[in-house]
Amino acid sequence: MSGWQGKLLRVDLTAGTCQSEKLNEQWAKDYLGGRGLGSKYFIEEVDPGVDPLSPDNKLIMAAGPLTGTYGAANGRYMVITKSPLTGTIACSNSGGYFPSELRYAGYDMIIFEGKAEYPSYLQIHDDKVRLVGAVHLWGKSSQDTEDAILAEFHGDAKVACIGPAGENQVNFACVINDKHRAAGRSGVGAVMGSKNLKAVAVRGTGGVKIADPIAFREAALESYGLLKQNPVSGEGLPALGTPVLVNVINQFGALPTRNFQKDTFEGAEAISGETLAATYLKRNKGCMSCIIGCGRVTGLKGSRFGGDGEGPEYESIWALGATCGINDLAAITKANYICNEYGMDTITVGATVACAMELAEKGLVSEEEIGMSLKFGDADAMVKLVEMAAKCEGFGAKLALGSYRLAESYGAPELSMTVKKQEFPAYDGRGMQGMALHYATSNRGACHVRGYLVSPEILGLPEKLDPQATDGKATWAKIFQDFTAVVDSSGVCLFTTFGIGAPQFAAFCTAATGLDYNEEVLMNLGDRIYNMERVFNLKAGIDPSQDTLPKRLLEDPIPDGPLKGEVAKLDVMLPVYYQERGWSAEGIPTEEKLQALGLAS
Amino acid sequence: MQKLIRIEPSKCIGCKTCELACSFKHTGEFMPSRSRIYNEVFIDEAKFITVTCMQCDEPWCEKACPKSAISKEMPSGVVVVDRDRCVGCRTCVSACPFGMIKYVPTLGKVDKCDLCGGDTPECVAFCPTGCLSLDEEDKPLRQKILRFVDAMKDGQMEV
Repeated sequence: MSGWQGKLLRVDLTAGTCQSEKLNEQWAKDYLGGRGLGSKYFIEEVDPGVDPLSPDNKLIMAAGPLTGTYGAANGRYMVITKSPLTGTIACSNSGGYFPSELRYAGYDMIIFEGKAEYPSYLQIHDDKVRLVGAVHLWGKSSQDTEDAILAEFHGDAKVACIGPAGENQVNFACVINDKHRAAGRSGVGAVMGSKNLKAVAVRGTGGVKIADPIAFREAALESYGLLKQNPVSGEGLPALGTPVLVNVINQFGALPTRNFQKDTFEGAEAISGETLAATYLKRNKGCMSCIIGCGRVTGLKGSRFGGDGEGPEYESIWALGATCGINDLAAITKANYICNEYGMDTITVGATVACAMELAEKGLVSEEEIGMSLKFGDADAMVKLVEMAAKCEGFGAKLALGSYRLAESYGAPELSMTVKKQEFPAYDGRGMQGMALHYATSNRGACHVRGYLVSPEILGLPEKLDPQATDGKATWAKIFQDFTAVVDSSGVCLFTTFGIGAPQFAAFCTAATGLDYNEEVLMNLGDRIYNMERVFNLKAGIDPSQDTLPKRLLEDPIPDGPLKGEVAKLDVMLPVYYQERGWSAEGIPTEEKLQALGLAS
Repeated sequence: MQKLIRIEPSKCIGCKTCELACSFKHTGEFMPSRSRIYNEVFIDEAKFITVTCMQCDEPWCEKACPKSAISKEMPSGVVVVDRDRCVGCRTCVSACPFGMIKYVPTLGKVDKCDLCGGDTPECVAFCPTGCLSLDEEDKPLRQKILRFVDAMKDGQMEV
């Protein structure tokens, strides 16, 4: 096989064994890698009804056939499992250097099953693989864990690990790799913690073979040119990182503020990408093979907090900032560092603190129970609560469940800004109807990286759509969702799609593997992955009634700003979307559709 | 003047594209362990450092080689290994003070940067930020002096 390494590693944590296994070639062809292929293995092997935190759940780390090559930003992997937060299939993406190193060691993916008797971690040095004890690492931050592993295993190893939040099985704990990169959402780190698996360390000295090196190089040069010329990937992201969006989305009027009670934030300028660049930013950084370099390397020297690290990203600035009514960039950055140290999703924890703030202001939870007074805009309280959530300490133990379970426990689930119990990211669906539809139908709950319709609706890429129009949005949502599944399965960063599209991915995948991946084949592959995930979720009990949005988005018009008066018009778009997908009016994939995709049981 | 790969560390983003491009060109695979250029990431210090063979005027590797397999070609000034003569004794590996020549077990020979034999080096062609360039002139040095001069200028009062 070219492109693929053709091998996966199966680690039985209960038995303490590690076995190399030949990759299923047909599945690799039909599902590519990463999200698609990892999910295919997961769904074939795991009962949809499994308790996410039980040993019967599995956790898969999967790279794609382009991971570890060049051309755009070809260094990503996916962590796939069943989510403790949503109960859906979880699939979280990260870059850095770990994913490529896994491929250089000779593997496309690792399947973890069972549960280790005591804290353990996996050491991979090419074909030498072993599980070793991690009792001495348990309790350590993700950064300290990596340093300790580099010192005792191999100085050039790349490490993915959980921090204390994963050990404590916080519902939205993440897997951190290369100290600051996160497979962030849906609690994949909690599953790792439930398995007593602290880390994976890999040193790989082999290579990735390409079927047609000349064509691959040509495709890379074309893609480089397109990404450089594009205003988002060539200018905005390198200069200001994702926080470039703070001012953009606020001026547009869809920056959710104070738990979605408003949509413009008076403190936006103070927490913008421009302000970050002028204050705590040290320099920008790329992941392996990335020519964009959106990463923010920052330090808090000169602020009332200390520390260094990466971030905050746009979504984190919003979650720990605007939606909590906080305009203190130092506090936001500090909370972001805490999330990386403890290994926790910045979006969900920030949005959950915002939900707690509204519960407190509405008198639904008392100061005594929280252990402090809590109001929107209180930066110090936010920083404290983020750490308490990671430690499951006091009121933090309630926050650690996520905003839905928190709000529900006080009789007010409608105050949780979630879909399928996962918190929204930083764009109000009332302000962009395509995003609203995507949020409602995403296979992992509210999420911006499964179909980023912000791109056409706000940024005008690949073309400008009227954000408030509903016509045609079902088609756009399907295309974006399917194409994103392709990107996530290839091993390339989603951010490249501002500048390159299906033709470039077709060229890369074809040259790498030697198989004919034209645009049509790829889009069909994306559709197959999307439907496969949908069927798993249905079997897991996530019925189509959950393809909805919180009442606040459906019924309460935006009260302020340029988009005043708008609501999410989901009822108009959802039936069209189901039809577009070839699903029944009830939202169930039809037998014909599944058969056409090769998914029939 | 000799053309060399000039490196401007402040422009590096730590993407290791140079290592990928180098190994892909010279081995046909993406294999950073076989790269002849090294991009190291010091994330805690926010520094990214790239190094490769500087094609010394008086190469230690050349002097050390007992088989005369290494020579500095003129007029290009590139220090090259004659693989027919190399016996894989690794004397040069230990002689180079910078670690920029390495033994490759699968070849039984040593390997080092040869500036891609006269073309634009592949690492330079693919560097996304202009951190690497091939130039006779040491432009990064000139930029460094200009930055210093600028600071000096700003410190001067009007007379």
